[in-house]
Amino acid sequence: MNLKELAEQISARFLEQGVKVPASEIEQRLHSLFYDFKVPIEEATRSVVSYYSKLHPKQESASATEVSYTKITDISAEDKWINLRARVVQLWEPNSPSIAQVGLLGDETGTIKFTSWSNANLPILKDGQSYSVRNVVTKSWQGRFSVSLNKASEIVPLDEEVAVGRAEEEIAGAIIDVQSGSGLIKRCPECSRVVVKGYCAEHGKVSGVYDLRIKGVLDNGEVVTDVLFNRELTERLTGITLAQAKEMAMEALDQNVVADAMKAVIIGRYYVVRGNKTPRWLLITDFKEPAQIKEEDIGTILERAQELL
Amino acid sequence: MSLRQREVARRLFAKELNESTLFYKEHEDTYAPQYLLTPTGAKCNRVFVVGTLTEKENVGVDSDYWRARIADPTGVFPIYAGQYQQQAVTQLSAIEVPAFVAVIGKLNVFHANDGPVKVSIRPEFINVVDSETRNRWVLETAEKTLARIDRLRRDGEDVAKARDYYGTDASLYVGVVIEAVKALKKEYET
Repeated sequence: MNLKELAEQISARFLEQGVKVPASEIEQRLHSLFYDFKVPIEEATRSVVSYYSKLHPKQESASATEVSYTKITDISAEDKWINLRARVVQLWEPNSPSIAQVGLLGDETGTIKFTSWSNANLPILKDGQSYSVRNVVTKSWQGRFSVSLNKASEIVPLDEEVAVGRAEEEIAGAIIDVQSGSGLIKRCPECSRVVVKGYCAEHGKVSGVYDLRIKGVLDNGEVVTDVLFNRELTERLTGITLAQAKEMAMEALDQNVVADAMKAVIIGRYYVVRGNKTPRWLLITDFKEPAQIKEEDIGTILERAQELL
Repeated sequence: MSLRQREVARRLFAKELNESTLFYKEHEDTYAPQYLLTPTGAKCNRVFVVGTLTEKENVGVDSDYWRARIADPTGVFPIYAGQYQQQAVTQLSAIEVPAFVAVIGKLNVFHANDGPVKVSIRPEFINVVDSETRNRWVLETAEKTLARIDRLRRDGEDVAKARDYYGTDASLYVGVVIEAVKALKKEYET
């Protein structure tokens, strides 16, 4: 390699870092070091690079302290300190005074639960705003990851908006269970929390508002997914409307008859569901029955079986 | 982890279940889940089966104890439901034989006096379903069984254990799958 080529290479490398140094200038210095000062070519290169790096210290230091942001989908271990560029997707009501805020953060790759602790005294995050969230710690609970915002965390609002990947997922499987708290339920008129025995956890004794939902378990033989159907989807799934459900419960003097009737319709049947992932639930946005079995489906399986013989 | 992960409901044909005898726990804890490892390497705690309810009988003396048989294209799943399966007992007593039913349940093992190990299903839920659901289960179970047979030739802890214990003849289970699926073919010929 001659000095001209080497100079061009070094110049290109600086350009990558946003620093313009003419190749001719570099070549001149190399030439002088190599021929006039009898310095080996490696040392000459090093000297030139070092010289120009010092001339442009800003870029150099900026690249050294550049923050690296983790993508939400790449989070795979707990107790790691990471930085996120994310948008506040959802805020939930904290269930403890030691928690200042709890909700979901999202980036292009997915969403993750976050908890901002009261004693960390961090700025309050606004729903829908994008932030650079630095120095947060990953946590794991029942196999799901979350991030914890603590005293060392830094939160800076971003001017641009972080696009949140629609963490929508489609899965097919059989509904094999319907959990308690499904069917006809009552919600607190203030906060929409589910009312248990006439009491809201936040607002005490309230006269609840009736609603329908299904907390189901979808199982495809490999993975179990908790699936949540809202009123509209529950009505479509079970063919039981809110009005009918109220009537059924009144007639039987028992709210549970609704969930039982719904179980009889859906448990053991196959569905293809689509929904948004949250740490615990797949919040169903749409579902359908699987496509009718066709002769080709049978043929495909028989072919695969033959291959294995 | 304070809460145990819910066990996946495995899919397997009756023929394979009835030839399974390897029960084990992963650790000594009294509440540790019990697994059945099948000849093709399915590690089952819970199963999901769909078939035809062909017989049912309350054989309990003082309390309800239901025995039932559910047939798939390859054999019969024995079902036993007692006082701790109240929901299933209620459902079973109401269903008329014969009917297509879906059963979700855990596996039970009993050693008859020095006899062979017998596996049965302790149902959590039994529901009447249509024939399309039953056929879909046959196809799904065929696919899952073939996938396990394919894995049987590779490495893996469960796979090696199943091979060592049963000396599994893969072609036998491929044959079971073919029989089960062929029986469906007529129904869907165009």
